[in-house]
Amino acid sequence: MIHIAKRKEMPLPQALAIRLGAIVAALVACGVITAIATGLNPVDVYAAMVKGAFGTPRKVWILLQELAILLCVSLALTPAFRMRFWNLGGEGQILVGGLAAASCMIILGNRLPNALLIPLMFVSSACAGALWALLPALFKARWNTNETLFTLMMNYVATQLVAFFVIVWEVPKGSGNIGIINQSTEAGWLPQVGGYKYLLNILLVAILTVIMHIYLAYSKHGYEISVVGESPNTARYVGIKVEKVIVRTLLLSGAICGFAGLLLVGGTAHTITTTIAGGRGFTAVMVAWLAKFNPITMVASSLLLVFMSCGAGEISTAFGLNHSFGDILTGIILFFIIGCEFFITYRIVFSKKEGERDV
Amino acid sequence: MRMRDISKSFGQIQANSAVSLDIYRGEILALLGENGSGKTTLMNMLSGIYFPDSGEIEIDGEPVVIASPKDAFDKGIGMIHQHFKLVNVFTAAENIILGLEDEDAFDIAAACGRIRAICDSYGFDVDPDQKVYDMSVSQKQTVEIVKLLYRGADILILDEPTAVLTPQETDRLFAILRNMRDDGKAIVIITHKLREVLDISDRVAVLRKGAYVGAMATAETSPQEMTNMMVGHQVSLNIDRPAPVDPKERIRVSGVTVRNQEGVVKLDNVSFTARSGEILGIAGISGCGQKELLEAIAGLQPVEVGSIEYIHDNGRSEQLIGKDPLEIAALGVALSFVPEDRLGMGLVGNMDLTDNMMLRSFRQGRGIFTDRKGPRHLAEKVVEELEVSTDSISTPVRKLSGGNVQKVLVGREISSSPTVLLSAYAVRGLDVNSSYLIYDLINQQKERGVAVVYVGEDLDVLLEFCDRILVLCGGKVSGIVDGRGATKNEVGLMMTKLGGEEA
Repeated sequence: MIHIAKRKEMPLPQALAIRLGAIVAALVACGVITAIATGLNPVDVYAAMVKGAFGTPRKVWILLQELAILLCVSLALTPAFRMRFWNLGGEGQILVGGLAAASCMIILGNRLPNALLIPLMFVSSACAGALWALLPALFKARWNTNETLFTLMMNYVATQLVAFFVIVWEVPKGSGNIGIINQSTEAGWLPQVGGYKYLLNILLVAILTVIMHIYLAYSKHGYEISVVGESPNTARYVGIKVEKVIVRTLLLSGAICGFAGLLLVGGTAHTITTTIAGGRGFTAVMVAWLAKFNPITMVASSLLLVFMSCGAGEISTAFGLNHSFGDILTGIILFFIIGCEFFITYRIVFSKKEGERDV
Repeated sequence: MRMRDISKSFGQIQANSAVSLDIYRGEILALLGENGSGKTTLMNMLSGIYFPDSGEIEIDGEPVVIASPKDAFDKGIGMIHQHFKLVNVFTAAENIILGLEDEDAFDIAAACGRIRAICDSYGFDVDPDQKVYDMSVSQKQTVEIVKLLYRGADILILDEPTAVLTPQETDRLFAILRNMRDDGKAIVIITHKLREVLDISDRVAVLRKGAYVGAMATAETSPQEMTNMMVGHQVSLNIDRPAPVDPKERIRVSGVTVRNQEGVVKLDNVSFTARSGEILGIAGISGCGQKELLEAIAGLQPVEVGSIEYIHDNGRSEQLIGKDPLEIAALGVALSFVPEDRLGMGLVGNMDLTDNMMLRSFRQGRGIFTDRKGPRHLAEKVVEELEVSTDSISTPVRKLSGGNVQKVLVGREISSSPTVLLSAYAVRGLDVNSSYLIYDLINQQKERGVAVVYVGEDLDVLLEFCDRILVLCGGKVSGIVDGRGATKNEVGLMMTKLGGEEA
């Protein structure tokens, strides 16, 4: 008879060894599947993936930019997740944040100097994102509604809202696109640091990572978040106002998502579309979980996902494979990485008691 | 049906040791015992939820193996748990046929017909089309019973079925149980209410601390005899009981009534006074309002009517009702609370000792950052003084054993120099040494002049440890006795409400 038992505690080196083993196993499995399905040499495919991610300085910059945005969204979700509030509304919060930034650029672009406009964009996008998270938070705090559904539904509202404004502001009329905003004046475009297009975004997110780590690990707020997440009853017992903590934390979570929207609109894209969030609100959920809600570990987990996605793009062009093949490989690797957590938490016991028990 | 030498242990705790029990058709057997005496565990083994470590079960002379609830169903054994297992959004009929595997099980119309037939023959009042979320607690219980009968159960086990019922509903349930008995079914009812035993059962079997004490025909026994069997003879524990020092009124509770979320009255017009330098014990069967009482004082439980006053040394008094724990602390009331569910309320299992030490104090100091220096010292001090065995103070508390978890909690709660210490089942699950350590700690607090309210379940301990004992029964105070003069039987009878009026 086989049964599954919970492990007491696995020493860190052993846990790391299991994770490493899982990655090796994943690479082998991907290799076998690549060889069978495409007839290509898996080593070539892996080499192409690395080249796709790190091949040229430009590719490295794009990778880092993608990493920064994904990490930013993951950091936004983290305080909520630590509180066991499953904010799946990152997508919508990014969109409304981006929309707020874009509307500042369009409406005030020619009236305010950048020194005023850009701070205003920061504030308005953070407020928009916070508002989008505030609604589900209030309902959760007051009536204990299901935050997963509520935040998810808010995404669709945000998408429709952006779709509406894209039609309002489309250039030229009938194109269904806004196009690059303020192309000639560059009003509201975030400044470039040292001539590198993406550097500012990367620096801002790096700073945010450190701040978030400190906030969660050392501040009173961070401590309250952990207590509420682990045990709302204990929180009440020591006089923590659970409702207040929920609302406050979600304001923060939504504001950072809105900030990510600003980075996308003001920092790189200089336009807004309904797909600008690109599913990061959901990918970030995976990043946060993989890192067990630790902001520093999240750098590694978002790097993994961004690397896989850049690499997948490369192999689809280099070998003429469908882009989905890259997704399949990503899926296999994630399956192994997430699956190995099972063996870290549980062990499988083969008991020989069967004979005795049937007596 | 016969159970022979059934034993079951969970970890180091022996829940049942060599219990033998006979159950007959056409008879209602009451299974009587104190909390934690192993009644429910024993019956869970009959219904296939647990598997006995050793022992045999025979039905109609045939040895049987019950390894799963399905096995139990196949043998005609059905159990109704304290917490109902119904799907809220389904109708009664849908719940009843749920899990059946026959081809025609899902013919709802036919099922409704059969359900009505069962209801008519025993006098149930069930509408097969009613949704479960629309039902009262007693209706849900009826659905559970019909569910078992529908599956052809002829051995029915009911785990404290009356705990959730009003007296009228209880009478109705008992009438139905008698009908079923007369129909030749075997019925086991788990209870600790003596009155019900006398009311309904034909035979009574008593368990104490996991062991079988004896069985007798209900008609030939008395509440006195049953209480004796249930609580056992008095044992001397030699717990210190220093005389109270200069007792002064500290907490005055008057006329407090509390309802839980379902609207059931958990405390009914409770009044008492807790004095400084004294241990006030609270005795009672579990679920008689002890938890609500402590939580009401601690500001965690809304109170319907009544008043809870804290009296300062200078005679000034403060109303505690309507205030949360933080507001109570802001009044200068140093109140410590060691709750029953240590890891669910009181400590955070995934946090380490240091972080748990600062649960109450983390707001101290200006600035947005927490200061872990003080809590770390406190954690080290508690580990050293209370001999907490842990790898380090950075170990999550959920990894500690029950006794050590309790030491951490008590250590933190008394570190704030309280004037009131509330404790619920402070020694539950603790080994003997840890228990005595906790008694000593509480006695030290008493000598410091703290008003201690000690909810306990072991009468022997309460009688040796407390200065006065308040006995709760069904949310009402059935009396307050002096811990030095009272006897175990006296308190035991008051707990089952046969004291006062009848004894």
